[in-house]
Amino acid sequence: MEENNIKLTKLAKCAGCGAKVGAGVLSQLLEGIKVHHDPNLLVGFDKSDDASVYKVSEDLALVQTVDFFPPIADDPYTFGQIAATNALSDVYAMGGEPKLCLNIMAIPESMPKDAVHQLLRGGYDKVYEAGALITGGHSILDDEPKYGLCVTGFVHPDKILTNAGARPGDVLLFTKPIGIGVLTSAAKADMASKAGMELATRMMTTLNKSARDAMVKYNVHSCTDVTGFGLLGHLCEMAQGSDVEITLHVDAIDLIPESLELAKMGILPAGMYRNRTFAEPWVDAGDTELCKQDLLYDPQTAGGLLMAVDPADADALYAELKGVVPSAQWIGTVAEYQGGKRLFLR
Amino acid sequence: MVDARGYSCPMPVVMVQKEVKKNAPATLEVLVDNQCSVENVTRYGMGQGYQVKVTQEGQDFRLTLSK
Repeated sequence: MEENNIKLTKLAKCAGCGAKVGAGVLSQLLEGIKVHHDPNLLVGFDKSDDASVYKVSEDLALVQTVDFFPPIADDPYTFGQIAATNALSDVYAMGGEPKLCLNIMAIPESMPKDAVHQLLRGGYDKVYEAGALITGGHSILDDEPKYGLCVTGFVHPDKILTNAGARPGDVLLFTKPIGIGVLTSAAKADMASKAGMELATRMMTTLNKSARDAMVKYNVHSCTDVTGFGLLGHLCEMAQGSDVEITLHVDAIDLIPESLELAKMGILPAGMYRNRTFAEPWVDAGDTELCKQDLLYDPQTAGGLLMAVDPADADALYAELKGVVPSAQWIGTVAEYQGGKRLFLR
Repeated sequence: MVDARGYSCPMPVVMVQKEVKKNAPATLEVLVDNQCSVENVTRYGMGQGYQVKVTQEGQDFRLTLSK
């Protein structure tokens, strides 16, 4: 009976992508380390992109990424599914298709065998749903459980979607609601409703495969998945990488109503404040309410795909996304950089 | 007085909320030991109509909520 009562999140200090080292901190940690270049390395870690891309031949490039984190759900099977959905997402965000995966797992010695088995089963199920394989992995003992995957996928070298390709005039589309970090943080204090947690879990276990499959049929210039740095953190990276500025229509963004109420009560994860510190210098928030701003910085786990699409294709892609993603949103437009702030909330 | 030192978010807000709901104090002192809790308790306090004053005391922060 004891095995059914295991509450994984109680074993973790931070939840999911909220455990990510802040974007600003990461660049400090990497400062001064020599970067080796290779003409076939099309996307490397110096670009702060979702995955690295290495050109193998004229029509084939490898996409590689790794992602793991402490439990974001109490149920091991659910946690395994979420971690896999999140890790696979980085390949989708590059326009690629995941194929080979390796498990990365840390488990406390005391964790019941069945719980570990369920965790792994969750990972395998999602990977199979994605049409990919788990070919092995590595496990260590640790006080705090952690799980994730190293994922290798394929993409045509001319069809890579980085977060640095947005062009003036592009339309920004997004595919999942925002506020997952607030809900999972609230759940740690039993302050999230059952319906709220069901929604968060459903979002975190929905692959970005359908979004990717729709996206690659259109003239999309840039893409990234919204995860630990929050919508504004990832938008900031896109705006800086593409040297453009972006106007966001805040009312067009699907902010989960319960998360908004929780934000008003100050139930916000530490990762939100880290994201705010990183991106806020680039944000002109206009007269956007504080609670809405907070949600735009909320760290998402396995969040949606953010796409900058050519305006000529925007209507058609938006219409197609509506049928296949949890929440298709037309959230903003890209413009030429005028200097100063890069993100404008209107 | 709510001493929420040693607790990480969102627990400090939950502890303050409990006290406010139970006793509706005109003034309330809250001790926390991290910046996230300072911000979260400030947002909660202001949402409940309190003015919030923050002073740093060594590694800790004292928030004074008053109506």
